[in-house]
Amino acid sequence: MELRTTNICMKNFKSRLPDVTFYSRESEAACGPRGSVVGFSGSVSEKMLSGLHYPGCPEARLRSLREKLPCREVQAGTLLAIMGEPEQYCYPSIFIYGHRATGKSHVILTLLKELELPHAAVSCVECVSAGLLFEQTLLALFGADSAALLPRLPSLSDFVRVYRQVCAQQPAKQTRYIVLERAELLRDMEANLLPGLLRLQELVDDNVAVILLSEIVWDKFRPNTGCFEPLLLHFPDYTKAELLQILSLDSNPSYTPELYSSYINILLGVFYSVCRDLRELRHLAALNFSKFCEPLEKGEAKEGNTHKLWRNIEPHLKRAMQTVYLREVSSVQWGQQQMDEKEATALRGLSALAHVELPYYSKFLLIAAYLASYNPARTDRRFFVKHHGKMKKTSFLKKHEKTSNHLLGPKPFPLDRLLAIFYSVVDSRVAPTASVFSQISSLVTLQLLTQVGHDDQLDTPKYKCAVSLDFILAISRTVSFDIVRYLYDFI
Amino acid sequence: MSKRKSREAHLAVGDCVAQVQRILRERFCHQRLPDRPVGLESQYKHLLELLRRTAVHGESNSVLIVGPRGAGKTMLLRCALRELLELQEVKQNVLQVHLSGLLQTDDRIALKEITRQLHLENVVGDKVFGSFAENLVFLLEALKRGDKSSSRPVFFILEEFDLFAHHKNQTLLYNLLDVSQSAQAPVAVVGLTCRLDVLELLEKRVKSRFSHRQIHLLSCMSFCQYLDAFRSELALPDDFPDSKFSQEWNLNKSLFKSVQEILQKHFNSCKDFRSLHLLLLLALTRVSVSNPTLRAVDILEASRMSSADSKANILHGLSVLELCLIIAMKHLNDIYEGEPFNFQMVHNEFKKFIQRKSHSIHNFEKPVVIKAFEHLLQLELIRPVDGGVCKVQREYQLMRLMLDHTQVMEALQRYPQCPTDVKQWAISAFG
Repeated sequence: MELRTTNICMKNFKSRLPDVTFYSRESEAACGPRGSVVGFSGSVSEKMLSGLHYPGCPEARLRSLREKLPCREVQAGTLLAIMGEPEQYCYPSIFIYGHRATGKSHVILTLLKELELPHAAVSCVECVSAGLLFEQTLLALFGADSAALLPRLPSLSDFVRVYRQVCAQQPAKQTRYIVLERAELLRDMEANLLPGLLRLQELVDDNVAVILLSEIVWDKFRPNTGCFEPLLLHFPDYTKAELLQILSLDSNPSYTPELYSSYINILLGVFYSVCRDLRELRHLAALNFSKFCEPLEKGEAKEGNTHKLWRNIEPHLKRAMQTVYLREVSSVQWGQQQMDEKEATALRGLSALAHVELPYYSKFLLIAAYLASYNPARTDRRFFVKHHGKMKKTSFLKKHEKTSNHLLGPKPFPLDRLLAIFYSVVDSRVAPTASVFSQISSLVTLQLLTQVGHDDQLDTPKYKCAVSLDFILAISRTVSFDIVRYLYDFI
Repeated sequence: MSKRKSREAHLAVGDCVAQVQRILRERFCHQRLPDRPVGLESQYKHLLELLRRTAVHGESNSVLIVGPRGAGKTMLLRCALRELLELQEVKQNVLQVHLSGLLQTDDRIALKEITRQLHLENVVGDKVFGSFAENLVFLLEALKRGDKSSSRPVFFILEEFDLFAHHKNQTLLYNLLDVSQSAQAPVAVVGLTCRLDVLELLEKRVKSRFSHRQIHLLSCMSFCQYLDAFRSELALPDDFPDSKFSQEWNLNKSLFKSVQEILQKHFNSCKDFRSLHLLLLLALTRVSVSNPTLRAVDILEASRMSSADSKANILHGLSVLELCLIIAMKHLNDIYEGEPFNFQMVHNEFKKFIQRKSHSIHNFEKPVVIKAFEHLLQLELIRPVDGGVCKVQREYQLMRLMLDHTQVMEALQRYPQCPTDVKQWAISAFG
């Protein structure tokens, strides 16, 4: 309601805009008798609306828009220009692409909400089937009873039919927008969905525009026989200065903004070369700020003493990169770690491998499996047989760096070979009892070994070792076994 | 008096701009039909003649309109229908059924749609038919006029005709073309498709019932005609309220002289009207109250926007670590001539760079490098060779880089604050 009355008022005022822009001195005289308009016309001037102008929109609203969309004014202005006035037609489909957290959804949804344009915002992640997408769209645009008109398991044909039916009763006075986030998932749904949605304006014969948001470029979306090409719009990534500006908006009121800016500077210094994702950086900034302010609270340093603060926080941030950034440790654990201040204890990661404690023979089985996977079979004699005699160097030395097994991956080996290497590697005498074989099965369950080949091969099962070099080095250190000496790639 | 007069003339600038936007947006975005199709005279005459013979003389016909995307197939057909419907007898008699290959993905759905568009739902009611053919014959019988002498002519318009050829047994096409060949009812079957080889898709029995009439819309516009089209697409109609404004807009000599180069570039890459409309729309978005005429710089900006390289834009936003990984992959591609690689090989190259040549890049831990690698995988800059079979550990899964050498080098040039050692490493021949 409010928009309609303002629209009508704006139509009267709009024609007076040129007075103000072109005849600034006469504007006071011209606008005098218009009473309530004076305050409005005085504020409208071209330089204030730089980049972000929308005909018929009051300046206050534009100002609040600008505050909500920091560093995204140019893109918002372009979008507004493409969308045009509500009564005019918009291009049938627009494709907005850019990295994660560059503000694509935020800008378009803020614009649509603030300007109160009829829209439907659907995330394709939630739409397991196309029917959910259609239902949500109709619900948002026309209300619940139109969504009820859809049959069970609706197809695109049903959606277009229901849309046309409902639209005949409620013709569009303004452009309707359908915003689809994570649009790359549309490619995996039915083959006619994406080309149909791109042409929706033509198929339903109504003033509707479809906006697709995605991280992936349009070249990977195009169907084989072509389709209606949408208007491509790129949302560039934030520069370092813009990231600083946006992250500083989160500043804690109990400290000065300069302190927070210096903290963000330090954070960006550590993380910027690895990650430019705004969401990740905000998360890290929020987690580590209390640690940063610790010296201030304890009274050890003043706000201006940035060097001391930096020395305090930098190793902490480096550790954060190995744990919280990789989600090895949850944020709750990280917070507790900060409070306990036990710097000496290594942070136990979430990944299962860090927690597992294997029995003595299992460790040797694993070591034997690793050796079997990464050493070629012909070298076994040299490594594991006690009196192997001389071996020709040429057949032994590796030819090319590329064929290093550590680059190509583990090779499968039969059970017999594993046991042979196991018996030669274990220092004490071991009888081949069932407990040894059951330990192999439990290693497979722990996914430290993977079974290769069919389950039916009972006599010669084949396995592959699935652990990394670092892990096996740690294991062999616990049993004081020098594995590097036995590895073919490290001779 | 003069002040009021000048105010009246200028009062309309905001309104003028709004009117211009409205008219031109309807033309570019909503595909408003032109008065006559441009450059397609002979095809238009052929189509019109065919449809008239069905509508007026009761002759059954079938035709395929073939042309690349954006060539104007739908526009041509709609213009022909519009002209035909001006005749009173045609308007009263002829029925139209519009089907689309994108919507009607099944013959059953297509039949329901035909029933609906012919408004015969009540007549059909709950009847159950043995076959598709029976159903169709029943529908056409029901269209007979009161004296049962002849049926009303029906136009069947099939958009995305090639998609109908993928239905099971091609029953819809077979039956429609069968009706058009037998003397049951006057039907015109018009198919629109973008595939030149559409006849290869038809089964033998369907192809034999088709009249093999094809109208090709292969655009053979010359550059002069393209410039004329550019001018006419921008032209405001004669009934524009402010004649002075529309005259200025239509003449706009300065614009037409200076945009020839830009238009030549566009003409060389894509000649059809759809891309021209896109370019003009992007230029139109820059027209506002402060800038009421179209300038050459607007067209230039629009051209730049529409021909930007998307992958280069994405590469611009990668972090330094991810960029180093891409350079490592480029080196692997150069050394091993495009063979697929896995993460371990890339990490190995990266470590060699860190140890020997780098001063500015910190030696990141392996999990951090894996996270950067997975980000590149999500952006689909790298793709697994066998579609992501999970049997292999993820560090050893073979991948390919979806960028080529020149794209990577160009992206490096544009990368903001690229460390010099990284640039040197990229340019050097052997990593």
